[in-house]
Amino acid sequence: MGQSTTTIDEAGSTRGRVARGRMASFIQRQGALVALLGVLIFATVRYEDFLTERNLFNVLRQNSMLGLVALGMTFVILTGGIDLSVGSLLAVAGVVAANLAGHGMIAALLIAVAFTTLLGLLNGIIIDRARIQPFIVTLAMMIAARGLALAATGEESVRVDKLSEDFTWLGQGKLGPVPVPVLILVIAYGLGWLVLRHTRFGRHVYALGDNEEAARLMGLNVGRVTLGVYALSGALSGLGGVLLASRLGAGQPVAGTGWELDAIAAVVVGGTLLTGGQGGSGATLVGVLLLGIIFNVFNLEGTISSWWQWVLRGVFLLAVVVMQNSLSRRK
Amino acid sequence: MESITKSFSGVNALTGVSLTLEPGEVHALVGENGAGKSTLIKIMTGAYRRDGGEMWLEGRRVEFRSPDEAQSAGVVAVYQEVNLLAFRSVAENIYLGREPRRFGLIDWKRMNREARELLERLGLEIDPRTTLGDLNIALRQMVAIARGVSFGARVVVLDEPTSSLTEHEVSILYDVIRRLKAEGRAVVYISHRFDELYAICDRVTILRDGQFVATHTLSGLEKIDLVCLMLGKRREELRQGITRFDHHGVGQEDAEPLLRAENLKRGRKLNHVTLQVGRGEIVGLAGLLGSGRTETARAIFGADPLEEGEVYLEGKPLGLRGPSDGIRAGLAFLSEDRKAEGIIPELSVRDNMTLAALPALARFGIVSRARQREIVERFIERLGIKAAGADQKIRELSGGNQQKVLLARWLCKNIKFLILDEPTRGIDIGARGEIQALINELAATGLGVLMISSELEELVEGSSRVIVMRDGERVAELRGEDISQDSIIRRMAEGDAPEAQPAGVEALRD
Amino acid sequence: MQNATEVNHLKTKAGLLSGLAALGPTYGALMALTLLVLLNLLFTPNFAASNNFWNVLLQVTPTMLVAVGMTFVIATAGIDLSVGSVMAIASALAATNLDRGVGAAILLALAVSFSLGALNGALIAGFRIQPIIVTLALLISGRGIAQVISHGGQLIPFSNQSFEYLGKGHVGPVPFQVLVMLSVIAAAIFLLRMTSFGRYVLAVGGNEAAARLAGVKIHRTKLLVYALSGLLAGVAGLIETARLGASDAAKVGLNIELDAIAAVVVGGTTLAGGRATVAGTVIGALIMQVLTTSFNMGPLGLRPVPFSWALVFKAAIIIFAVYIQRRRVA
Repeated sequence: MGQSTTTIDEAGSTRGRVARGRMASFIQRQGALVALLGVLIFATVRYEDFLTERNLFNVLRQNSMLGLVALGMTFVILTGGIDLSVGSLLAVAGVVAANLAGHGMIAALLIAVAFTTLLGLLNGIIIDRARIQPFIVTLAMMIAARGLALAATGEESVRVDKLSEDFTWLGQGKLGPVPVPVLILVIAYGLGWLVLRHTRFGRHVYALGDNEEAARLMGLNVGRVTLGVYALSGALSGLGGVLLASRLGAGQPVAGTGWELDAIAAVVVGGTLLTGGQGGSGATLVGVLLLGIIFNVFNLEGTISSWWQWVLRGVFLLAVVVMQNSLSRRK
Repeated sequence: MESITKSFSGVNALTGVSLTLEPGEVHALVGENGAGKSTLIKIMTGAYRRDGGEMWLEGRRVEFRSPDEAQSAGVVAVYQEVNLLAFRSVAENIYLGREPRRFGLIDWKRMNREARELLERLGLEIDPRTTLGDLNIALRQMVAIARGVSFGARVVVLDEPTSSLTEHEVSILYDVIRRLKAEGRAVVYISHRFDELYAICDRVTILRDGQFVATHTLSGLEKIDLVCLMLGKRREELRQGITRFDHHGVGQEDAEPLLRAENLKRGRKLNHVTLQVGRGEIVGLAGLLGSGRTETARAIFGADPLEEGEVYLEGKPLGLRGPSDGIRAGLAFLSEDRKAEGIIPELSVRDNMTLAALPALARFGIVSRARQREIVERFIERLGIKAAGADQKIRELSGGNQQKVLLARWLCKNIKFLILDEPTRGIDIGARGEIQALINELAATGLGVLMISSELEELVEGSSRVIVMRDGERVAELRGEDISQDSIIRRMAEGDAPEAQPAGVEALRD
Repeated sequence: MQNATEVNHLKTKAGLLSGLAALGPTYGALMALTLLVLLNLLFTPNFAASNNFWNVLLQVTPTMLVAVGMTFVIATAGIDLSVGSVMAIASALAATNLDRGVGAAILLALAVSFSLGALNGALIAGFRIQPIIVTLALLISGRGIAQVISHGGQLIPFSNQSFEYLGKGHVGPVPFQVLVMLSVIAAAIFLLRMTSFGRYVLAVGGNEAAARLAGVKIHRTKLLVYALSGLLAGVAGLIETARLGASDAAKVGLNIELDAIAAVVVGGTTLAGGRATVAGTVIGALIMQVLTTSFNMGPLGLRPVPFSWALVFKAAIIIFAVYIQRRRVA
């Protein structure tokens, strides 16, 4: 009994620290959510057009493709990696899907996504087996996949067959009032949350980013997790690409240029740390929505030039990271 | 384990070491740096493969190819720097890789319940949902132990478990160890703190230079004998003629010392340490690993921030905020970890040697090649550095030559005070003697030297005074005739007691 | 410890060999470049023409300048993604301020580029934020700033003989911008090899803890490295602008960070820091440019290779180069 009491004392003395730590990590993780709520309230009060079904679904639909890419990026960054190839993979999938649209939506979707999954898997294999930094490997994939997309199309965009209505439904259709891409986005994030929170794979993704050396010593199969996240990132980028092609009615080989940076920004703003191990799909969704709605506000405002919007985005990204960094260091 | 042999790149790190663990035994493993303790436990836990010898577990020959296999077989190590996941919960850390599942999803309820039961069995009341990083180090170690127990560990290796624990936390650890013992598990306990070994361990195995020295029951072994075994000395062993130091330091403690460190305090590692060094004096700083000797050296140099205390050079407070301040004031520091904190591996001998002197060698930022060459050639010649040339990369040199280059890094500047942390560790005999002679020579020119060493001969023969540290505190200062390996060992092991009771010294000498 | 000693003994014996190997990537890259040029000279029609020679050098200039700065950044184990946007800002600033005099416009553009780089460095060293994020933020903002400066992203044409000399002028047969490039390369080699700053850069990238204990000012070194990268990006931006005769804030320097990183890596500077070779970077940039040029002309007498396949090929080269270097280090 005496022994138990000593440990209770011990736990007691850590409790205050835990509480303070929680507070800091709450702000760190939920700072973006607080900001999102703030922006939402601001926009609702200021613009009549903001809180309308049309505008909200519009914002969601516009951000659904980036949202999917950012979800894949979240998995990669949680392991402490990075994936610069997402934008190019998105273009590859769009081109493939547009070409296959005539064979039906299912075939186009599956083959396009399978192809980018393989390319993502290739990223993972090179990173794991050849031990080259993810930055370099995915940079090369970014260049190569863009080349593939351009080569396959002769550097022209591929029009989707007018007759393949089921394919265009993916990006343009609605289910009830809900645009299909939004529905897919919601399902993807739901599954993403489930995987990250409630499956071994998900927990091992966190473990790998937390402390690779320790995870290895604890017997984790690091290679399998690495391959898994890059393949998943490829798959989700591919899905985003198919949706984009469907929405635009064309597979553009130049689609998704610079999206890797947008996705990284969304992930980081959401509160997932680049060093890995902390954050999650919910955080990224908040990050995507926050950046998306800020853009929507800029547009509703109408007086802020798009150039200033870029400036503000960069500054905002930096401000959020500086804030997170000083908070986590204090902890 | 029997006749375990391990070598790296043709060098034997372990030769024919044997270790037998009984169920329900706490077995201490001791030895100075490089004795092979960590190599042995890494082999035992599957982190390294052995080159020779055999291992048995409960009568069966075993072969571990990875930590994974060792832990499923029941051999688990808890390292000094706890190898767990700081951002994950306690339960997740315990069950990583074996999370209980239901319908393919993790069964959190069951995982947390089982973790709680496991922790309670060890007498720990930790909420398994707590994030590991929010626990203090002591509790993190307990979690690591619990993880081991959850594998049904037969052997639990604790590598310096108490190096950063408070007394109270140590007592919790002891409770857990006693429970492991009561459950019939064997515990290997590695520590440099003798009080703890005697408090908790049944037997001790001593290693030295990769060799097995002895296994003893602790109750029948005096502390002083244990230290002698660790260092490979006989009690009555002769006391000179091994090093190249030829006198006890010419300098004297001036009325106004060259350097004075007052009340240095930094966490538990450094507890109000005060010392002073005169011009031309070599002061030895003795203590076992973890006694605070390195912390003292780093604090004086300005490498680590101080909570309290101040360093004075020639009577002036330095107010150091970083190493560059210390260097500007005329201090120099040779780190014990040559690889991590000394050499810049990819740079040449020339660049490594002149790194600290560049401000003096450069005009408008352009380094004077001529002056650089002059210095580098002079020191290569003077220190007998064996290198293919000034442009050879330092990582290609032997340890002794690397060390000479690092010494030269300071000697080519106008320094007033030199701090040496294990200046001859890992260096072959020849170079070792040369470095010792050099230190001597330097002190003769009026430099103050503070020298940390695990080589007692070095301290005895090189220093005019020896300050002994233990558990972050300065426990004794020996001078003149009082300096002997014997007296240093006794203070390192037992603190200041003998000074208070001179009779005890005689008693031990018998 | 003792094993380390022994390993070092072994290494001393192998000193000469490993010394050769250390030169490997640069020599390897140099040989690859020589081979590439020879093959093209022999088999690619018109490749041997002198205007093609100058053409290759003209086209490589902006990438080369940026890559030289990037070499210093990568030597400290950092990365600078913002270079393209800094180029655009320099371009926009110069074009909009030409009416105040060419000197003033250039000076302003370069001062701002330098300061933006220094800001990167200050954030990286001071707040300890990863270089990739800090410079990503400037990559995003910087392009916007450039467009704001150029009155909302307009193409700003100008006609200014002395400014355009930067991009179009010749000294004898040699284009002025090639002279600028050569002097920057020479200065960078000098800076890296002959100055204390160069030593500090390599020391910080090679072993930050040891460098700190040897009195190297880590913050200042990092700050200057990023400032230098910014400055060189500024120069590249000015040259590009002068050559085009107009400032196009949306296009100048777009994606150049990737070309520059590729050139540095192919040249043998590792991302891990601590080692750097400006000569290697020069060769790396030239390899990439010669490939591009010959692909456009139809290499070895084949049909021209489309830009798209050239990209795939380049990616393979990057991975291959890094893979070879990785094996040597391990």
